This record gives sequence, structure tokens and C-alpha cells, in this order.
Amino acid sequence: MSFQLIVFYSYAAVLIFSALMVVSSKHSVKSALFLVMGFVAASGIWMLLEAEFLAISLIVVYVGAVMVLLLFVVMMLDVDYAALRQGFVKKLPVALLISVLFLAVLYGITSSEEFSATQYVAPVAKAADYSNVKALGRVLYTEYILAFEIAAVILLVAIIAAIALTFRGRKNRKTQNISKQLEANKENRLKIVSIDPVVCDKEEDEEEMKTDEEASS
Amino acid sequence: MNDIALTTGIDLMAWIETLFWIVIKIVAILIPVILAVAYATYAERKLIGYMQLRLGPNRVGPKGWLQPIADTVKLIMKEIIVPQGSSKLLFVIAPVLFIGPSFAAWAVIPFDAGLVLADIDAGLLYVLAMTSVGVYGVIIAGWASNSKYAFLGAMRSAAQIISYELAMGFALVGVLMCSQSMNLGDIVTSQSGGFLQWFWIPLFPLLVVYWISGVAETNRAPFDMAEGESEIVAGFHVEYGGMAFSLFFLAEYANMILISFLTAIMFFGGWLSPFEGYGWLDDITAWVPGTFWLLIKASCFLFGLFWLRATFPRFRYDQIMRLGWKIFIPVTLIWLPIVAIWIKLNIWPFNPV
Repeated sequence: MSFQLIVFYSYAAVLIFSALMVVSSKHSVKSALFLVMGFVAASGIWMLLEAEFLAISLIVVYVGAVMVLLLFVVMMLDVDYAALRQGFVKKLPVALLISVLFLAVLYGITSSEEFSATQYVAPVAKAADYSNVKALGRVLYTEYILAFEIAAVILLVAIIAAIALTFRGRKNRKTQNISKQLEANKENRLKIVSIDPVVCDKEEDEEEMKTDEEASS
Repeated sequence: MNDIALTTGIDLMAWIETLFWIVIKIVAILIPVILAVAYATYAERKLIGYMQLRLGPNRVGPKGWLQPIADTVKLIMKEIIVPQGSSKLLFVIAPVLFIGPSFAAWAVIPFDAGLVLADIDAGLLYVLAMTSVGVYGVIIAGWASNSKYAFLGAMRSAAQIISYELAMGFALVGVLMCSQSMNLGDIVTSQSGGFLQWFWIPLFPLLVVYWISGVAETNRAPFDMAEGESEIVAGFHVEYGGMAFSLFFLAEYANMILISFLTAIMFFGGWLSPFEGYGWLDDITAWVPGTFWLLIKASCFLFGLFWLRATFPRFRYDQIMRLGWKIFIPVTLIWLPIVAIWIKLNIWPFNPV
């Protein structure tokens, strides 16, 4: 068994284990963490396919950003796990039926002629100085530029739509005007007034203090 | 049969040898990093002490030089308390998840020409991936502790790290455009030719963005909302003690040193001498090893981190978010087309020599 195969099978085992744990874990936060582990394992398998750009972007984008936000939400949820588990036995046959059907379809597709080894020959290993990133960039920005830009616009529209749909700010709410706050300085906040000192006799002053003390005691 | 056993036996020996050398190299990088972390804490306490007209640690050893060792011994001896109602496994795993990526990122740092553990082409992306994975340690620690303060710290940290990662990534795109490579060694060699050829001139706005985002990514003051002593005690690691806490501490300082090294490598010519091609200045400094220049540059940025901590009060949370999203990202988005035009017009410093 070559080193690559050992690495592949260990990543594949981790991937399958974590995929199973995502659906079977009792706690949603743990499920999300197992999903992260699954992403890392998948990225390892991509790395074996010499797709290092995709592998590392999977880590940067999905593990480093998307899943963090997902965890963020999942951790804040107050899930009633007992209520969730109710009716498990009742729903089990339907769930099993769906998963068996899905598995059958999946097996049918992957074992068909379309995806057989004759259709997809094993990729040839690239030279050591082959840059995956450069090759991908060249294709993305020349051949597939239109599709790439359309995808970008769709994402942008989705972002704006998500904000527009969920933003329910009150019209008359009070907010801080930060540039105004930053403009604050001595001149427009502080006013120095010169007041003539009040001069009085020394004796009078002492008497006043005495009466003050008496009043306070 | 015998033949196969023989060949696999040879393969195995070769593997063990390679593995052995890799482990030796990892140790050779990690031990200096850990020592640097220990003495970075001492340097920080001394520096901030002098900046605040105090002496800093001066009791253990001459001039307090043994203070970090005393601290380490104390932290090792302390008991690790796992709070009740916490998620035990995750609570223990969290510090490991935090320190792992921060050490793993050192694998691609070139200390001199060819002096690098893993000379990979996607080095820049790898560093970005490692710094972004570190946030899991913080989030899991905050959640597994089953404490409100820890959870608040984790939430703050997650939002902050994600916001600043975007600006950081955009700043790195500028470096990528100038050097036309993601290999950190190639990035350094593409800056050769004296300190006026380094990327800090054409990429100055990106340098500023990267540096400040780096401070925010490492959760350092004035961006230490995740810890915020005066508000949420110690943030995400409030329930941790002893070695578990010291792993967080170690990782934070390792990250700081890493950010300083990365800034030196990407914007200040890494191991290159600043006097390259300056006649007699180049001649009299030719004997200086490249690693020395890199260390000098990196320690300047590390000093900057300490200086920032001693100087600025903590940011307000909404202002942190405003700085990340409304100032840094637009700055990088404006500067990237400018750099693109600059490179295409072949104006200095991008003119072919």
C-alpha cells in the first residue's frame, strides 16, 4: 500500500465518520463541529488530487468563515432536544425508506457507465512547479469570464436581498453619527469664560467658614 | 515474496528517515518560537513598565530575566479545573485547537533563502487558512465553558476575526499581484534590490490595513474585545487555569510573532538586506546573515504591538466593526485597481530591471 493510499483511506474514514456524526450527534453544536471536521477531511482528499487551491479555499471559506457564522447561530439557539426526539420511532420507517432510496440512486449513478473508470482515466500527476492557482485563474478570467461574473452578480444580489428582507430598523431610531463624534475637539465642546475673582476681607471670610461649619455640624 | 518485503523495508527506512528529519526541523522551529514567546512576555512587561514609569518584573533572577521561567513553572504546577456542566471533551480540545494552527502556520515561514520547512506554492493561502482556523479554539472554548462571560467573549471574537480576515485577505491580494506568486520565498525574492524595492512603498495603504487587521486578528489591545478584562473578566478563557490557560497565552503570543514575521516577509523584504545594491553599505553588511535582518524587522513590528497596547484604550465594539467593514475593506478595494494599473504601466518599482 503506497503512502498516498494510506492518507486517502484515513481521510476517507474521518470524512465518513464525521458525516455520520453530523446526523447522529445529539447536540446541534457538536453536529456543526463534526461538519467542520468533515470539511477538513474533504480538503485533505482534494489535496491528494493536487487541487491545493480548492483544498485551501475550502478551509479558508467554509471552515474559517461560513461554519464560524453557522456555529455562531447554532450556539445561540435554545433548542428543546427532548421535543426534537419525540416521534422518532414513528418517523423512522419513512426516514429509512428515503435514505435507502437515496443510497440506491447514488449507487446506480456511480456504478453506471457514465462514471466508470473508462470514462474518467486517472489524472496524470503534474510536475512539481505546476501552479494550480495560476491555471485556475487563467481559465476563470478568460474562458469562463462571463459565467464567473454572472455568478458574482447573483451572489451580490443575494446579499442585498437578504439584507433588504431581514432589515427591520425603525425609521426614527437614534444612532451615533461617528464622523460627528470624531470631529469633536476642544473648540466645539469647551467654552472657557473668564470670571473676575471675588475679593473679600480676610476676617469676613473666616467668619463665613465658621458659620458654614456650624451649619454642617 | 521476500523481494517485496525487502523493497517495502527499504521504503520504510526512507520514510522513517524523512519523518525523522521533518520532526527535527519542526523542533528546530518550535523551540525558538516557544522561547521567543516566553521572552516576548518578559519584554512586553518590561517595555510597558518603562512606558508607564515603572520597573516591570525585577525580582526573579538578575533584572528579572528568569521571570518567564518562574511563570511557566507556576502555570505547569497549577491544577486544571474543568467546570461543572461544561462539555468536557470540547473544553479540553479547545486550547489544542487554538495553539495547533498558530504553530502550524510557521511551517511555511522562510527564515532565509531556502531555509523553510515546507516550501509550498500556496504558502500565502496556507497562512490565511491557518490564521482563520484558529478562531475555532476561541469559539469552542467559549461555548464549552458553559459560562456567560466566556460565551460573550467567544461571540465577540468570532465576529471580530471574521470581519478583519476579509480586509487581511484583500491586503494579501495586493502582495500576490506584486510578487505574482503565493510562495512566501518567491514573494521575498521578488522584492530584492534594496529597501526602495520592497513592497511597503507601492502597497503602503495595504500595509497599514494588514498590520492593524493583524492586531485585531490576534485579539490584542486595543482590539482585545474578546478578553476585555473590565467588561467580561477574561473573555473566552475565563474558566481555564494552569496549562490549559497557558496554551491560550502561548498561542496568542505565537500569533503576534507570526504576524510580525509575515509583515516583515510580505512588505519589508523578509531576509533581504536593506542595503542591497548600495555600494559600500552593501559591502560592509554582506556578512550579516539573512535571518538576522528578518529577526530585526520582525522585532520592530513586535515592539509596535507592545507599544500599541501601552498607548491606546480599548475600542468600542461598534467602532471596531465600523473600522473593519467601512474603512479597511473600501481602502483595499480602492487600492487594488490602482496597484493593478501601476503594475501594468511598468512604472517604478515594477519596471523590469
